Amino acid sequence: MFQLFHNVNLDWLKLRKVFILLSTTIMLAGLASALFRQAYHPGGTDAFNLGIDFKGGTVVTAEFKQRPAPETIRDALHAQGISDPIIQPVTDKPGDVLIRLPKLETNENVAGKTQVDVGRADVAKALQTFGTQVGINDPFPDQGNAFKIIGTEAVGVIAGDSFRIQAVKVTLLALIGMLLFISFRFEWTYGAAAVIAVFHDVLITLGFFSIFQFEVNLTVVAALLTLVGFSVNDTIVVFDRIRENLRMHRRSNLYDVTNDSINQTLSRTIITSGLVFLSVLALVVFGGEVLRGFSLALLIGIVFGTYSSIAIASPIMVWWQQRLEAGKSQTLPAGTRGGGGGGPRRQPAQSARNTKASAAAR
Amino acid sequence: MKKSLTQRIIVILIVTLAGLAIVFWPRHKPTAKDLTLAGIQNNLRETIHLGLDLRGGSHLVMQVQVPEYLSNLTKQTATGVQQAAQQLGYDVKEVRPEADEKNNTYRVVLVAGDPSKIPDLRDQLPRKVNDFDPNTWSETTNGNTVTWELTDRAKADLGTRATQDAMKIIDSRINSIGVAEPTLQEYGTAASHQILLQMPGMSDPEGVKRLLATESKLELMKVVSPNNPAPIQTYPTKEAAIASLGGTVPPNRRVLPYKEGNEPTQAGQNPSSPNQPQAWVVVEDPPVVDGSELRSAEAVNAGPTGSSDTYHIAFTLKPSGAQKFGAWTAANVGAYMAVVLNDEVQSAPFIKSQITDQGQIDGNFTKASADGLALTLRSGALPAKISYIEERTVGPSLGNDSIKAGVTACIVGLLLVVLTMVIYYRWSGINAVVALMLNTVLTLAALILFNATLTLPGIAGIILGIGMAVDSNVLIFERIREELHSGKTVPSAIELGFARAFVTIVDTHVTTIISSAFLYAFGGGTPIRGFAVTLVLGLLANLFTAVFVSRTIFMWELSRKQGRVETLSI
Repeated sequence: MFQLFHNVNLDWLKLRKVFILLSTTIMLAGLASALFRQAYHPGGTDAFNLGIDFKGGTVVTAEFKQRPAPETIRDALHAQGISDPIIQPVTDKPGDVLIRLPKLETNENVAGKTQVDVGRADVAKALQTFGTQVGINDPFPDQGNAFKIIGTEAVGVIAGDSFRIQAVKVTLLALIGMLLFISFRFEWTYGAAAVIAVFHDVLITLGFFSIFQFEVNLTVVAALLTLVGFSVNDTIVVFDRIRENLRMHRRSNLYDVTNDSINQTLSRTIITSGLVFLSVLALVVFGGEVLRGFSLALLIGIVFGTYSSIAIASPIMVWWQQRLEAGKSQTLPAGTRGGGGGGPRRQPAQSARNTKASAAAR
Repeated sequence: MKKSLTQRIIVILIVTLAGLAIVFWPRHKPTAKDLTLAGIQNNLRETIHLGLDLRGGSHLVMQVQVPEYLSNLTKQTATGVQQAAQQLGYDVKEVRPEADEKNNTYRVVLVAGDPSKIPDLRDQLPRKVNDFDPNTWSETTNGNTVTWELTDRAKADLGTRATQDAMKIIDSRINSIGVAEPTLQEYGTAASHQILLQMPGMSDPEGVKRLLATESKLELMKVVSPNNPAPIQTYPTKEAAIASLGGTVPPNRRVLPYKEGNEPTQAGQNPSSPNQPQAWVVVEDPPVVDGSELRSAEAVNAGPTGSSDTYHIAFTLKPSGAQKFGAWTAANVGAYMAVVLNDEVQSAPFIKSQITDQGQIDGNFTKASADGLALTLRSGALPAKISYIEERTVGPSLGNDSIKAGVTACIVGLLLVVLTMVIYYRWSGINAVVALMLNTVLTLAALILFNATLTLPGIAGIILGIGMAVDSNVLIFERIREELHSGKTVPSAIELGFARAFVTIVDTHVTTIISSAFLYAFGGGTPIRGFAVTLVLGLLANLFTAVFVSRTIFMWELSRKQGRVETLSI
C-alpha cells in the first residue's frame, strides 16, 4: 500500500497554544481590517465589499463589440449624471463589462418607474456615446462599435436590508442546529467545542473577505453555510474516533485518546480535505465570475475547517471535559456502550495535562 | 453468500439502468442523432429543468402596497358612513378617515350631533354600509364620538386578498403576452405581500413591467338583443354578430367575445376550450359604469335551488356610479347587462330590478363561478399599487456561459478526484470511481424525477457533492487499511471497515443535510435553493453508492478469487 501519514504520532494537543495564537492573530487581522475600513473608508471601501444583494443597487452587464477602457466608460456615466459607478471588466470575456450603480435615492414607490428602469435607461443612454445599442438577440453590425445589455440585476433597498438580516439569522440558526445535533450524538461539551470551531472558521473566512475585499453576496452566504456543514463533518470524524477509542480503552485518559484519534484519522482528513479542495479549486478556476465569491469562500473555509477540527475543537473539548471532570466522576460521552455516569477513571485528570505525548498503544 | 451477492448486483443494475434512462433517454422518438454529443446535450437541456440563471429569463419580485390600499379603503368607508348617516337622517357633525400607514392603524371617526342617537346609529350603519361589520371594524364610543378601527384580522385578510387579486390580474396579463411557462407565486412570508414572477426566455422585461402597471378595465354595458324573447343573444362568430348590425359596427356599438358560459339557464350551449370565445356579444358603447366606480364585490350564498346552493354576486358602487347605474337599471329592467373585463364579456346577467349603489347580480351561479366573477370585479377595481423590489435578468448568452463554466468545472473536478483515488487506492480506487459515477448519474436522475430546478449554484452543489461523496469511500478505505495493518484477514477487514465507518458516514451526512436545510429555507426563490437541493440529493444518492454499491463490488471481487484472499489492492 502506498500510504502517506502512516503511523503518525504527533502530540497535537501540546501545540494548542500555538494554534490558538495563530487563529487569534488571523481573526484580529480580519477584525482590524473591518473596523479600519468602516471607520476610515480607505479608497472608498467599507468593512465588507457588499454586493447589491445586501446593499441594494443595480448591476448592468453590457457586451461590447469593442470594449472601451473603464475610465472612458466611467466618464460617460458621470456625464449622464450617475455618480459613483463601479466599472468591472469581466476577465474571462473580453467584450463584457459589469457596471455597478449604487442605490439611487429615489423613492421606491414611484409608480411605473422602478429602481431598475432608472438605472438601466441611464446606463444605456450613457453607453450610446460609444456606439449603437442592439437588441439582445440581434447580431452586432459590421460597421462601428455597438453594445447590448445582456443582463441586469437590481435589488431594492428594503429587499437588500431584509436579505442581510436573514443571512445573519440563518447562519446563527444553523450553528445552533449543529450544536443541538452534536450534543445529542455526543455530549454538550463536544457540541460546544465543535460550534466554537465552526464559528471561528466563519469569522476567519469573513476576515479574509474583508482584507481582500472580495464581494459578499447571497452565494457567499451559501458558501458559508456549506462550510459550516463541512467543518462540522471534519470535527465529527475526529470525535467519532475519540468516542470509539474511549469505549475500547477505558483506562486511557482523554488527552492521550484525543491525540491518538487525531493521528489515526489524519490520513482520512488530509485525503478528503485535499479532494474537496481540488473540486473547489476547479470551481475557482473554471466556474466563472458569478461563482467566484462562492468558490473563494469555500476554498478558504475548507483549509481552516480542516485545521479547526484539530487545532480548535479538540483542545477546547478536552479542556472543557477535564474541567468538568475535576471534582466529579468521569462520564463517557453519550452513545458509548458504557453509557453516561460511569465510574471514576484510573488516572486522575490533572496529571493528564502534564503527561508528555505517550506513544499510543497500537 | 453467493445468493445475496447476485441479488445485490441485480438491484444495482436495475437502479443504474433506471438512472441512466431517466437522464439520457430522449423525450421524443429516439433517432441516431441522439447518440452524438450534440444530441445528448440537447436532450439534457430538454429533460433537466434549468433555472433562469442558466436558461436566460427574468425574475421579478413585486411588493403590493397594502398600507396604501388600506388607507384608500378607510377613506371609502368613511365616505360610505357619511352618506349612510345622511340617508338615515341622523345629525352628524363630521365623519373623517384617520389612516396612519406607519403605525398600521386605520380608523373612521364619526362625531355625532346628538349623542343619544349613537346606539341607534351603531345598529343601523352596518346594514347600510358594505363590509362594516364588527369583525372588520371594531368600534368604541366616547361621548359623542364613535371610532371604528380596522381589526388586525381584517387587516391581514384584506392584505392577503389584495395580494391574491393582484396575482390574478398579473396572471391574466402575462398570459396575454404569451410568456412560456411563467412562474407566479407568493413570495416570502404571508405577511410580506410580495409576489414573485419568473419569465423564462424573457430578456426584455421593460415591456412586461409597463403592462403590469396599467390599470385593468372593467365596464358594465348594455347587451343589445334584437326583438327576440330568447335569453341573452349571443352570436357564434364575430362575423355573425357584425352581420346583425347591418354589416359594419356603428360607433355606439362594440362586438366583444363572450368568455365564459353563463349558468344553467342556457340550454344548448356547447362548452368549448377556455381560451376560445364561445360566442360573441354586441354591447352598447359607452359603458354605463366602469371599474373606477366599483367599491367592492363579494360572492354571496343565495340558498338552495334544487340540489345545490346557488350564489349571486353582491357588489357596491361608489356614489357617483350608483346614481348613474340606478337611473339606467330602473329604465332597463328585464334586459341583460354585460360585465366586460378588458374587452371580454365575463358574464351577461339578467337585470331583475333597479340597482343603485348596492345590488346583486343574479344568474344561478355556482360557488365557483360566483367567486370567480366577484374576484374579477374586485381585481378590476384593485386600488393597490405594485412596486418592484428585485429584478434579475439574464440574457441567453450569459446563461450559456454559466452552463459552460459550470460543466467545465464539474468535469475537471471529477477528473482530479478520479485520478487521485486511483493513484492512492489503486484497484479499490476504481471501485470508488464507479460508485462516484453512479452517484452523479443518480443525483441528476433524482433532480429530473422531482422536477427540481438546476441553477448555477446547483451545479456547484453537484461538484461539492462529488467531493463529499468521495469522503465516504475514503473513510471506509482508510478503515480497511487500518484493519489490514492490525492483522485482520481481508474479508473481515472489509467487513469491519464498512461497519465501523458507517456510523461516521451517517453522522457526516446528517450534519450536511441539516445545514442544507437551513440554506434551502434561506434561499427561497433564488438560485441558492438549487445548491441545497443538488447537495442533498447527492448525499442521499451517496448513501446508496458509497455503502451498498462499493460493498457489493468488494464482495464480487472476493467471490471471484476462490479460496483464501491474501491481499487487497487498496
